[in-house]
Amino acid sequence: MATRTPPVWHAVTIADTGETYRCREDESLLIGMERLGKRGIPVGCRGGGCGVCKVHVTAGSFAKRVMSRDWISEDEEAGDIVLACRVRPQSDIRLEVLGKMKKNVCA
Amino acid sequence: MATTGVMRPGHIQLRVLDLDESVDFYKNVLGLVETARDEAGRVYFKAWDERDHNSVILRQADRAGVDLIGFKVKDAATLEQLDKDLQAYGVATERVPAGELLETGERVRFTIPTGHVMELYADKTDVGNGQPYTNPDPWIPAAEHGIAPHRFDHCLLYGPNLEENLKLFTEVLGFHLVERILMEDGKSLLATFISCSHKAHDLAFVAHPEPGKLHHVSFLLGSWEQVLRAADIMSMNRVSIDIGPTRHGITRGTTIYAFDPSGNRFETFCGGYETYPDHQAITWTFDEVGAGIFYHDRKLNERFLSVVT
Repeated sequence: MATRTPPVWHAVTIADTGETYRCREDESLLIGMERLGKRGIPVGCRGGGCGVCKVHVTAGSFAKRVMSRDWISEDEEAGDIVLACRVRPQSDIRLEVLGKMKKNVCA
Repeated sequence: MATTGVMRPGHIQLRVLDLDESVDFYKNVLGLVETARDEAGRVYFKAWDERDHNSVILRQADRAGVDLIGFKVKDAATLEQLDKDLQAYGVATERVPAGELLETGERVRFTIPTGHVMELYADKTDVGNGQPYTNPDPWIPAAEHGIAPHRFDHCLLYGPNLEENLKLFTEVLGFHLVERILMEDGKSLLATFISCSHKAHDLAFVAHPEPGKLHHVSFLLGSWEQVLRAADIMSMNRVSIDIGPTRHGITRGTTIYAFDPSGNRFETFCGGYETYPDHQAITWTFDEVGAGIFYHDRKLNERFLSVVT
């Protein structure tokens, strides 16, 4: 059986709720949150298309994939406003929730 | 029933964010058959049991969603007549030359009141379903590769002007209303399910302020067992599942919803009932819309209602 490299974990803090969860470096901020049954970032398509999980990363480094320009402009992307489903943490992360279903999970 | 005029949804062109990832998904997870690639970089697919050359076309773009939906009409004379009928009704049409979409004849293109681009066409090359037209077997190996739906069946579109839209489809294009959901006022349309054939729906619309949005593209499976198998394949491949397996009150289909790698929602479903143009439309009131959409949960799920591309 092939040996697997143990996952690297980082702490993600949702500033809106003060909640922190651990997220694997090889999974998106959104999947990491869902895996642990946590809430805080609204969950939509999980594919960068619907814009529901829009967040502003205020601290930490991350890797990102292509996101729909319907929801994230080039300026926003340059300012670390991203979709949580397309972002994998490379350090501990702090973020604010901007997505349109925010009222449901951050109230 | 005799299917004349507009016969069926024939093709849908979807925008995807990463073409290679999407081609792998549509080919190996959803289990469509790749049939061609064109100079513009678009990739063409058909479901294994479809006979025409293509039904799903992927185009890489910087945003997800739907470019256009094409309906096949009976023949060239029907196409000419419908173009005249649309113009007489006040809808501006344009012609897209044969071959712009591979293996597809001339198309009549127009924008419907919900903001979606629709096309009518009479010709698309018959490449068959992998079986001969003489003494065929019932299925082929492609019928078990991935989820492997039988066909692109319908789609649900979000946009404004549902009343005006319903009039266009029923008065000009020969559709009939099968089911509808009313708003809280008991009069305005929240949703319409319309058919140009014997199917419970060939198209559906939900009222939404933003025009031209895609809620889902739907693929037909052969049994409830295959809906469960589709769910298993989705989970094995870490596909983003929205909801299901479950049943709709509306149209009675058994279903599972998930998202493609760009966030375009798709449905793989089975069942429903057959409809005829003389059938009285079924109405769902606003207070029962939960059971109408998800018959077992009997309540709405905000993601299902508000996430569109």
